[in-house]
Amino acid sequence: MSDILHHEHHNERPSHRPDWLWHLGVAGFVAVWWVVYHQLIPFSEWITSLVPVERHSHTGEAIAFFFYDVPKVMMLLTLIVFAMGVVRSFFSPEKTRALLSGKREGVGNVLSAGLGVLTPFCSCSAVPLFIGFVSAGVPLGVTFSFLIAAPMVNEVALVLLFGLVGWQVALTYLAFGLGIAIVAGFIIGKLKLEGWLQDWVREIHSGAGGAELIEGERLTMVDRYKLGIEAVKEIFGKVWIWIILGIAMGALIHGYVPEDLMVRIMGAEAWWSVPAAVVMGIPMYTNAAGVIPIVEALLGKGAALGTVLAFMMSVIALSLPEMIILKQVLTLRLIAVFIGVVGSGILAVGFLFNLIF
Amino acid sequence: MKSVKVYGPGCKRCETTAEMVREAAAKLGLEVEVEKVTDPKSIAMAGVMSTPGISIDGKLVHAGGLPEAGKLEGWLAS
Repeated sequence: MSDILHHEHHNERPSHRPDWLWHLGVAGFVAVWWVVYHQLIPFSEWITSLVPVERHSHTGEAIAFFFYDVPKVMMLLTLIVFAMGVVRSFFSPEKTRALLSGKREGVGNVLSAGLGVLTPFCSCSAVPLFIGFVSAGVPLGVTFSFLIAAPMVNEVALVLLFGLVGWQVALTYLAFGLGIAIVAGFIIGKLKLEGWLQDWVREIHSGAGGAELIEGERLTMVDRYKLGIEAVKEIFGKVWIWIILGIAMGALIHGYVPEDLMVRIMGAEAWWSVPAAVVMGIPMYTNAAGVIPIVEALLGKGAALGTVLAFMMSVIALSLPEMIILKQVLTLRLIAVFIGVVGSGILAVGFLFNLIF
Repeated sequence: MKSVKVYGPGCKRCETTAEMVREAAAKLGLEVEVEKVTDPKSIAMAGVMSTPGISIDGKLVHAGGLPEAGKLEGWLAS
């Protein structure tokens, strides 16, 4: 089987495009990207100057904001999603499972959260992945660390935070996202809730779980580039409209919403704003792309960072549709514990940030 | 006649995968029976952790993401 795969790899690659051309192409792309990226401010000013409005009016501000942020975010996303696509080609759920199975809690939770970020994951395969992990002897808490980190700490969220808010906030989000995944998974593991899985999941758990595995294909660097390009296409197909809508909304808030309003509603003074933000985030289901541009504009108008981050984490990590998917494998009690533990983590992060920043 | 199963909860990529299998089979002139498996329990039992997955005559050949058309034809032909 692996022989056949191998053979095909060599045959199917277009022979007129040798490897070195691919390497050159990727290097050239990065160089051009770099040059263009540093011309974005003059570009946005130029576009704004074409529109017959006063540059420092509300409308002028909003337009400049829009034409600077949209290309910037699109460019950052292209580069980072491509890079992550290449990195992820070195990982697979099967390899991750092998690494995690039988790992002790603690170390296992840390490893699991990290792998959650690096392993290719789509929320539509959350259930098979969950069962695959648990049936192979990955402890429940360790599995949860993976399932919390995978959606919450994703490159789209990080790129948008980096591009629209700043690297400090992006880095803190990364650290606290991983932190919540590790600690929440650890606590769920300590509670020993294996009995709260749906019955049929437990059966697989105790029975002969390890179904046949696909033998690992060996990928060439060019295959990995192609996977990176696929990732860019896929992410863009999903998020471009949200980015444009989100930034347009952000631009409006940027130009028009009075500052003191946001300070009053979402400022650090209002202690209840953090729990309110978490609760509001649960029924909302959008990807990071849709929510972050709004987040940025809210921050610019005086909303507190902790409140805004709590809202964002809640939208991404605790969503109602995802709970409905997980209901297939988890009992309601276990889902309630999951929401409780992760929600408390998010609350803690929110309060902490409002205290620090 | 080969029996092909496409594992996935019914997302768009799973539909596309099933369609690709039919196209590849038609191109090779093979008769295949394509069955979509959407039940999470069956998906998990087949050992598929990332969807869509494909098995041909009971043997899992692919899991996670859309298959490449060239590889798909290879699996069907072998």
